[in-house]
Formats: sequence, structure tokens, C-alpha cells
Amino acid sequence: MPNNLPTPLLDGRRATRDRRNLGWAAAGLSAAGMIAALTVAPADAVQGQAQRLMYLHVPAAWTAYLAFFAVLVSSGAYLIWSDPRWDRAARAAAEVGLGATVITFAVGTFWGRATWGVWWAWDPRIVSTIALFLVYAAQVTVRGTEPKPHRGARRAAWLGAAGFVMVPVVHFSVVWWRSLHQQATVLAPSASPPIDTVMLATLLLCVAACTVTAGWLFLRRLAVLELRAGVRAPAKRTVGAGRP
Amino acid sequence: MTPRRSRALLLLIVVAGVALLVAAGLQNTLTFYRSPSEVAGHMSAHERVRLGGEVVPGSLRTEGGLTRFRIGDGTTEIAVEQVADLPGTLREGQEAVVEGALDAEGVFRSDTVMAKHGNEYRPAEAGGQDSR
Repeated sequence: MPNNLPTPLLDGRRATRDRRNLGWAAAGLSAAGMIAALTVAPADAVQGQAQRLMYLHVPAAWTAYLAFFAVLVSSGAYLIWSDPRWDRAARAAAEVGLGATVITFAVGTFWGRATWGVWWAWDPRIVSTIALFLVYAAQVTVRGTEPKPHRGARRAAWLGAAGFVMVPVVHFSVVWWRSLHQQATVLAPSASPPIDTVMLATLLLCVAACTVTAGWLFLRRLAVLELRAGVRAPAKRTVGAGRP
Repeated sequence: MTPRRSRALLLLIVVAGVALLVAAGLQNTLTFYRSPSEVAGHMSAHERVRLGGEVVPGSLRTEGGLTRFRIGDGTTEIAVEQVADLPGTLREGQEAVVEGALDAEGVFRSDTVMAKHGNEYRPAEAGGQDSR
């Protein structure tokens, strides 16, 4: 039986304030990341200034992976407990992941034009990324194809759980197949990633900024979906004794 | 969104997915490029292919809008002629992928040059030393 309870992350007296503080943290980290990426980090020896696009491209890709992992967890939980709160979480995470994928792609084409010399190539990384996008676009869409919400949510959960197989395919596409796209620098099994220390620190700062921003957007979206679902907050618990 | 519109959108996504896979298959996505050894002797002339390998050091020359270089993989080298623009990041000793076909003389006539770049990032100043 579907319940009508609020999500614990959004519930409670301080939830709104916490969410706003998270938004400020996201803004602060993003500003710091942008300054570091544009001024502190040195230009690359081979690629020059265009390499700075990495500081948005890589964090956005990481955020997409993370969001789709959240879809996997939420979808699995929905399949087990059939709680609509897990379905809303899966939907919000999938939407954040789709947005991050679009940003990754848009920045990637500019980076590709600047360093490869072409906007587009039929490269395994590029093709698999579009396939990944389509899988999660279908995951978001399939939810609405059934008049009964629970059935649509169940289909979305199956797709959200199975669709995660695309994430390793995208990540390892540059290893498994011959590609134009270079291999991973940081998310690769290497004790000393082949990257300058200041560049790496800048990259990690930008990854933190993107992750916190995505978390904030996720909570905001979840609040909207909860409002739309007409979630009723449970009756306030009264403090102290005196009630029968 | 109504179930009807959701289904229409889902159908569109599935069609886009199939189109993507068909196009990727036709474009040889899984072997994005062939090595010089695979191309030399195995490709008939004028068959369009992507060729990838190292830009042989000392072979890159541009004269009057025509760029010549050799692409090698350690055992085989193929001469490449390219008329159009080159990516500014193309360097001798770096990897590149070219699109085109072998002509009757065994010269690879390319119309697109793509410069591969490694996964290494070093500062331009300080001679590649760590900027820490």
C-alpha cells in the first residue's frame, strides 16, 4: 500500500534552512572552483588554455555517474519496498544525471573542437554517452506511460536498476575499444595520476563544487515532486506527557 | 504528461537509440581507427577508412596549403597528404587519426585530421615541472 509520508531528508523544522545552507555552500564552492580553474591552475603544455574546459567537463561527468548510481540505489529500494519516496528520489536523481550529462557533452564538444580539431566524431565514448543519456531519458519517461502510478514507477525502477550497466560501459569505453577520447587520468587505477598537482587540486575542488551543487538541486527537485504528490506531513508530535 | 504523450516520447527515445546504434555500426565506432599495419596491404585503394598512429617525428611539413606527414605504429609507416585545415594541437611524436583513403600510389589522401591527446596534464611554463 503506497504511503503518503514526507521524505526524511525534507522533513523536520530545520530541513528548509539546511537546504538553503547547502545551496550557499554550493555557490561558494562553485565560485572558488571557477576562480581556481580560470586563474590559479596553469595552462596545459600541449593543449593550452582549452584544457581549462576539463574543470567543468570532468566534474559534470562524475556528477552524472554519481546521480545514476543514486538512481540504481533508489530503484532497487523501490523494487523491494514499493515506497513512493524511493521512486521520487530515483526520478530526481535521474533528472540531475541527465542535466549533468548534457553539460558534459556540451563542454566536451568545445574541448574536442579545440584539441582534436573536430566537434564530433563517431568515437565509442561519445556514442556510448548518448546511449546512456537515452536510457535515462527513457527511465524518466516510462514512469508516465501507465495510468496507475505504481505500475509506471515499477517499470521505471527496473529500467533505473538495469540501466546502470551503461555507466561502466561509458567509463571503460576508452579502454575496451579504440577511441579518439583519451583515457581517464584520475578515475583510473594509478598510484600517481599523470597530472600536475595544482591542476589536480583545482579539479578536485571543482568536483566537490559540482557534487554539492547536484546534491542541492536533487533536494530542491525532491521537494517539488513531494509537493506535487500532495504529501501530507505527519501530525506534529506533542512534547511531554498528558495525552491519553 | 498524459500516458499517451509519455508513450509517444518513449517511442521517440527508442527510435533515437536504434538510429544511434545503426549509425555507430555503419561508422565503425568500435574500431574507431585502424593502425598503419592493418591498412597497408589490406585496404584496396579509394576505400574510405580512419587511420591512427604516431605522427612520425621529422615528417611533418606544410608547403602551399598541402600538409605531408607520416603515420606510423613502430613497424609500418604510411605517408599522408592533407589539403584542408589542421588542428593546432597536431605535433610530431603525438598520436593522430586521419580520415580518407589510400590512392593508387599508396599515399593516404586525408580530408580530416584529428589530433589525439594523452591523459597527461602538465603546466606550459616551468618546462613541464610540477607547479606545486
